[in-house]
Amino acid sequence: MQSGSGRAAALTYNQVVVDNVDQLFSGLADPTRRDILRRCAIDAPSVTRLAEAYPMSFAAVQKHVAVLERAGLVAKERRGRETLVHTEAAAVAQARRALDELEDLWRGRVARMSEVLSEQGNPQ
Amino acid sequence: MTVTNVDKDLDACTLTITAEFDAPLERVWELWADPRKLERWWGPPSYPATFERFEFEPGGTVTYFMTSPEGERFYGLWRVVAVDPPRSLDVEDSFADADGNVNPDMPTGQMHMRLTEEDGRTRMELISVNETKEAMQQLLDMGAAEGMQQAIGQMDALLAE
Repeated sequence: MQSGSGRAAALTYNQVVVDNVDQLFSGLADPTRRDILRRCAIDAPSVTRLAEAYPMSFAAVQKHVAVLERAGLVAKERRGRETLVHTEAAAVAQARRALDELEDLWRGRVARMSEVLSEQGNPQ
Repeated sequence: MTVTNVDKDLDACTLTITAEFDAPLERVWELWADPRKLERWWGPPSYPATFERFEFEPGGTVTYFMTSPEGERFYGLWRVVAVDPPRSLDVEDSFADADGNVNPDMPTGQMHMRLTEEDGRTRMELISVNETKEAMQQLLDMGAAEGMQQAIGQMDALLAE
Protein backbone atom coordinates (compact mmCIF):
# COMPACT_ATOMS: atom_id res chain seq x y z
CA MET A 1 0.00 0.00 0.00
CA GLN A 2 2.70 2.37 1.04
CA SER A 3 4.79 1.78 -2.07
CA GLY A 4 1.68 2.35 -4.20
CA SER A 5 0.96 5.75 -2.64
CA GLY A 6 4.67 6.61 -2.69
CA ARG A 7 4.75 5.93 -6.41
CA ALA A 8 1.73 8.13 -7.09
CA ALA A 9 3.28 10.92 -5.05
CA ALA A 10 6.58 10.51 -6.89
CA LEU A 11 4.81 10.76 -10.25
CA THR A 12 3.11 13.96 -9.13
CA TYR A 13 6.47 15.25 -8.02
CA ASN A 14 7.94 14.33 -11.45
CA GLN A 15 5.17 16.16 -13.24
CA VAL A 16 5.99 19.27 -11.23
CA VAL A 17 9.68 18.95 -12.11
CA VAL A 18 8.80 18.49 -15.78
CA ASP A 19 6.39 21.42 -15.84
CA ASN A 20 8.99 23.65 -14.22
CA VAL A 21 11.67 22.85 -16.76
CA ASP A 22 9.26 23.30 -19.64
CA GLN A 23 8.16 26.69 -18.26
CA LEU A 24 11.78 27.65 -17.68
CA PHE A 25 12.56 27.14 -21.34
CA SER A 26 9.46 28.89 -22.63
CA GLY A 27 10.35 31.72 -20.27
CA LEU A 28 13.75 32.00 -21.92
CA ALA A 29 12.48 31.53 -25.47
CA ASP A 30 11.84 35.24 -26.18
CA PRO A 31 14.42 38.04 -26.70
CA THR A 32 12.43 40.65 -24.72
CA ARG A 33 12.07 38.28 -21.80
CA ARG A 34 15.79 37.48 -21.88
CA ASP A 35 16.51 41.21 -21.87
CA ILE A 36 14.14 41.71 -18.93
CA LEU A 37 16.02 38.93 -17.11
CA ARG A 38 19.35 40.67 -17.72
CA ARG A 39 18.04 44.03 -16.51
CA CYS A 40 16.43 42.53 -13.43
CA ALA A 41 19.61 40.64 -12.57
CA ILE A 42 21.64 43.87 -12.35
CA ASP A 43 18.95 45.94 -10.72
CA ALA A 44 15.42 45.49 -9.38
CA PRO A 45 13.48 47.95 -11.54
CA SER A 46 9.79 48.63 -11.15
CA VAL A 47 7.41 47.31 -13.82
CA THR A 48 6.79 50.94 -14.83
CA ARG A 49 10.50 51.61 -15.35
CA LEU A 50 10.88 48.33 -17.26
CA ALA A 51 7.99 49.24 -19.53
CA GLU A 52 9.69 52.53 -20.43
CA ALA A 53 12.70 50.58 -21.76
CA TYR A 54 10.80 48.74 -24.49
CA PRO A 55 8.94 49.99 -27.55
CA MET A 56 5.77 48.19 -26.51
CA SER A 57 2.77 48.80 -24.32
CA PHE A 58 2.86 48.60 -20.53
CA ALA A 59 0.41 45.67 -20.77
CA ALA A 60 2.73 43.78 -23.15
CA VAL A 61 5.72 44.20 -20.81
CA GLN A 62 3.55 43.20 -17.87
CA LYS A 63 2.61 40.04 -19.75
CA HIS A 64 6.27 39.13 -20.33
CA VAL A 65 6.96 39.67 -16.64
CA ALA A 66 4.02 37.40 -15.81
CA VAL A 67 5.43 34.59 -18.02
CA LEU A 68 8.82 34.96 -16.31
CA GLU A 69 7.17 34.96 -12.92
CA ARG A 70 5.23 31.76 -13.67
CA ALA A 71 8.51 30.13 -14.76
CA GLY A 72 10.06 31.16 -11.44
CA LEU A 73 12.69 33.17 -13.32
CA VAL A 74 11.75 36.48 -11.68
CA ALA A 75 9.98 37.44 -8.48
CA LYS A 76 7.89 40.56 -7.86
CA GLU A 77 8.05 42.55 -4.68
CA ARG A 78 5.66 45.26 -3.60
CA ARG A 79 7.49 48.43 -2.47
CA GLY A 80 5.06 51.22 -1.57
CA ARG A 81 3.14 52.05 -4.72
CA GLU A 82 5.67 50.30 -6.95
CA THR A 83 6.15 46.68 -7.93
CA LEU A 84 9.83 45.78 -8.19
CA VAL A 85 11.05 42.86 -10.30
CA HIS A 86 14.22 40.86 -9.67
CA THR A 87 15.76 37.84 -11.40
CA GLU A 88 15.84 34.54 -9.53
CA ALA A 89 19.41 33.39 -10.11
CA ALA A 90 18.66 29.82 -8.96
CA ALA A 91 16.05 29.32 -11.68
CA VAL A 92 18.40 30.57 -14.40
CA ALA A 93 21.03 28.16 -13.07
CA GLN A 94 18.46 25.35 -13.25
CA ALA A 95 17.87 25.98 -16.97
CA ARG A 96 21.62 25.87 -17.49
CA ARG A 97 21.80 22.61 -15.56
CA ALA A 98 19.14 21.08 -17.82
CA LEU A 99 21.39 21.77 -20.83
CA ASP A 100 24.41 20.43 -18.92
CA GLU A 101 22.48 17.24 -18.28
CA LEU A 102 21.61 17.00 -21.94
CA GLU A 103 25.31 17.35 -22.71
CA ASP A 104 26.19 14.56 -20.25
CA LEU A 105 23.55 12.35 -21.81
CA TRP A 106 25.02 12.83 -25.30
CA ARG A 107 28.60 12.39 -24.09
CA GLY A 108 27.48 9.05 -22.66
CA ARG A 109 25.82 8.12 -25.93
CA VAL A 110 28.87 9.04 -28.00
CA ALA A 111 31.09 6.96 -25.69
CA ARG A 112 28.75 3.96 -26.10
CA MET A 113 28.67 4.44 -29.88
CA SER A 114 32.48 4.30 -29.92
CA GLU A 115 32.39 1.12 -27.85
CA VAL A 116 29.96 -0.59 -30.21
CA LEU A 117 32.09 0.50 -33.19
CA SER A 118 35.33 -0.78 -31.66
CA GLU A 119 33.74 -4.16 -30.88
CA GLN A 120 32.64 -4.46 -34.48
CA GLY A 121 36.12 -3.47 -35.61
CA ASN A 122 37.75 -6.18 -33.48
CA PRO A 123 35.39 -9.17 -33.41
CA GLN A 124 36.24 -11.51 -30.55
CA MET B 1 38.48 11.81 -27.04
CA THR B 2 35.63 11.29 -29.44
CA VAL B 3 33.58 14.39 -28.55
CA THR B 4 35.41 17.22 -30.27
CA ASN B 5 33.12 20.16 -29.61
CA VAL B 6 30.11 21.10 -27.51
CA ASP B 7 28.13 24.28 -27.94
CA LYS B 8 25.30 25.16 -25.59
CA ASP B 9 23.04 28.05 -26.44
CA LEU B 10 20.86 28.72 -23.44
CA ASP B 11 18.88 31.43 -25.23
CA ALA B 12 17.95 29.14 -28.13
CA CYS B 13 17.74 26.07 -25.85
CA THR B 14 20.04 24.29 -28.28
CA LEU B 15 22.84 21.83 -27.74
CA THR B 16 25.26 21.14 -30.62
CA ILE B 17 27.65 18.27 -30.12
CA THR B 18 30.34 17.21 -32.57
CA ALA B 19 32.01 13.82 -32.31
CA GLU B 20 34.59 11.93 -34.34
CA PHE B 21 34.66 8.18 -34.74
CA ASP B 22 37.51 6.08 -36.03
CA ALA B 23 35.22 4.19 -38.40
CA PRO B 24 33.85 4.60 -41.91
CA LEU B 25 30.64 6.56 -42.37
CA GLU B 26 28.49 3.53 -43.23
CA ARG B 27 29.28 1.85 -39.92
CA VAL B 28 28.35 4.95 -37.93
CA TRP B 29 25.14 5.23 -39.94
CA GLU B 30 24.31 1.61 -39.04
CA LEU B 31 24.34 2.61 -35.35
CA TRP B 32 21.27 4.75 -36.13
CA ALA B 33 19.61 2.71 -38.86
CA ASP B 34 19.76 -0.72 -37.23
CA PRO B 35 17.44 -0.84 -34.19
CA ARG B 36 19.46 -3.66 -32.56
CA LYS B 37 22.58 -1.48 -32.73
CA LEU B 38 20.70 1.69 -31.78
CA GLU B 39 19.43 0.16 -28.56
CA ARG B 40 22.97 -0.67 -27.50
CA TRP B 41 23.79 3.02 -27.04
CA TRP B 42 20.57 5.10 -26.91
CA GLY B 43 19.75 4.40 -23.28
CA PRO B 44 22.24 4.58 -20.41
CA PRO B 45 23.24 1.15 -19.02
CA SER B 46 20.85 1.62 -16.08
CA TYR B 47 17.96 2.50 -18.47
CA PRO B 48 18.43 0.28 -21.53
CA ALA B 49 16.32 1.14 -24.57
CA THR B 50 14.22 -1.30 -26.59
CA PHE B 51 13.01 -0.21 -30.01
CA GLU B 52 9.73 -1.69 -31.23
CA ARG B 53 8.14 -0.08 -34.29
CA PHE B 54 10.91 1.03 -36.64
CA GLU B 55 9.71 2.84 -39.77
CA PHE B 56 12.97 4.47 -40.79
CA GLU B 57 11.54 6.60 -43.60
CA PRO B 58 10.17 10.16 -43.97
CA GLY B 59 6.88 10.39 -42.06
CA GLY B 60 7.61 7.07 -40.36
CA THR B 61 7.17 6.29 -36.69
CA VAL B 62 9.73 4.75 -34.39
CA THR B 63 8.70 3.68 -30.91
CA TYR B 64 10.89 2.69 -27.99
CA PHE B 65 10.86 2.31 -24.26
CA MET B 66 13.54 2.64 -21.62
CA THR B 67 13.42 0.26 -18.67
CA SER B 68 14.27 1.51 -15.19
CA PRO B 69 16.25 -0.65 -12.74
CA GLU B 70 12.89 -1.37 -11.05
CA GLY B 71 11.44 -2.60 -14.35
CA GLU B 72 9.30 0.46 -15.04
CA ARG B 73 9.00 1.41 -18.71
CA PHE B 74 9.30 4.97 -20.05
CA TYR B 75 7.95 5.19 -23.59
CA GLY B 76 9.24 7.46 -26.33
CA LEU B 77 8.34 8.05 -29.95
CA TRP B 78 10.20 9.47 -32.93
CA ARG B 79 8.48 10.97 -35.90
CA VAL B 80 10.98 10.70 -38.74
CA VAL B 81 10.94 14.10 -40.48
CA ALA B 82 13.69 13.37 -43.02
CA VAL B 83 16.16 10.60 -43.58
CA ASP B 84 18.93 10.62 -46.20
CA PRO B 85 20.95 7.41 -45.88
CA PRO B 86 23.78 7.24 -45.00
CA ARG B 87 24.26 10.92 -44.17
CA SER B 88 21.48 12.64 -42.29
CA LEU B 89 18.50 12.11 -40.06
CA ASP B 90 15.94 14.58 -38.65
CA VAL B 91 13.47 13.40 -36.05
CA GLU B 92 10.99 14.79 -33.55
CA ASP B 93 11.32 12.99 -30.24
CA SER B 94 8.30 12.89 -27.92
CA PHE B 95 7.13 11.23 -24.76
CA ALA B 96 4.52 8.55 -25.49
CA ASP B 97 2.42 5.85 -23.86
CA ALA B 98 2.63 2.08 -24.28
CA ASP B 99 0.23 2.24 -27.26
CA GLY B 100 2.44 4.69 -29.16
CA ASN B 101 0.35 7.81 -28.53
CA VAL B 102 2.35 11.02 -28.10
CA ASN B 103 1.89 12.63 -24.70
CA PRO B 104 0.73 16.16 -25.61
CA ASP B 105 1.48 17.46 -22.10
CA MET B 106 5.18 16.86 -22.51
CA PRO B 107 7.46 18.87 -24.81
CA THR B 108 8.65 17.45 -28.13
CA GLY B 109 12.27 17.98 -29.12
CA GLN B 110 13.93 18.08 -32.50
CA MET B 111 17.11 16.27 -33.35
CA HIS B 112 19.24 16.88 -36.45
CA MET B 113 22.06 14.46 -37.15
CA ARG B 114 24.66 14.82 -39.94
CA LEU B 115 27.56 12.53 -40.85
CA THR B 116 30.61 13.46 -42.91
CA GLU B 117 33.63 11.30 -43.71
CA GLU B 118 37.25 12.33 -43.97
CA ASP B 119 40.25 10.00 -44.33
CA GLY B 120 38.26 6.99 -43.13
CA ARG B 121 37.06 8.82 -39.99
CA THR B 122 33.49 9.95 -39.49
CA ARG B 123 32.36 13.23 -38.00
CA MET B 124 28.91 13.34 -36.44
CA GLU B 125 27.21 16.65 -35.79
CA LEU B 126 24.14 16.48 -33.63
CA ILE B 127 21.88 19.43 -32.96
CA SER B 128 19.29 19.05 -30.25
CA VAL B 129 16.78 21.89 -30.43
CA ASN B 130 14.54 22.83 -27.53
CA GLU B 131 15.16 19.30 -26.46
CA THR B 132 13.98 19.47 -22.91
CA LYS B 133 12.84 15.86 -23.03
CA GLU B 134 16.25 14.24 -22.65
CA ALA B 135 17.29 16.55 -19.89
CA MET B 136 13.96 15.95 -18.28
CA GLN B 137 14.26 12.20 -18.57
CA GLN B 138 17.31 12.53 -16.39
CA LEU B 139 15.50 14.90 -14.04
CA LEU B 140 12.69 12.36 -13.98
CA ASP B 141 15.11 9.59 -13.15
CA MET B 142 16.62 11.63 -10.36
CA GLY B 143 13.24 12.96 -9.32
CA ALA B 144 11.81 9.47 -9.13
CA ALA B 145 14.31 8.53 -6.43
CA GLU B 146 14.30 11.86 -4.60
CA GLY B 147 10.56 12.36 -4.96
CA MET B 148 9.87 8.90 -3.64
CA GLN B 149 11.96 9.45 -0.54
CA GLN B 150 10.48 12.87 -0.02
CA ALA B 151 6.94 11.55 -0.48
CA ILE B 152 7.48 8.67 1.92
CA GLY B 153 9.10 11.06 4.39
CA GLN B 154 6.08 13.35 4.16
CA MET B 155 3.68 10.45 4.66
CA ASP B 156 5.63 9.25 7.68
CA ALA B 157 5.46 12.76 9.12
CA LEU B 158 1.70 12.90 8.51
CA LEU B 159 1.15 9.48 10.06
CA ALA B 160 3.19 10.50 13.12
CA GLU B 161 0.99 13.56 13.75
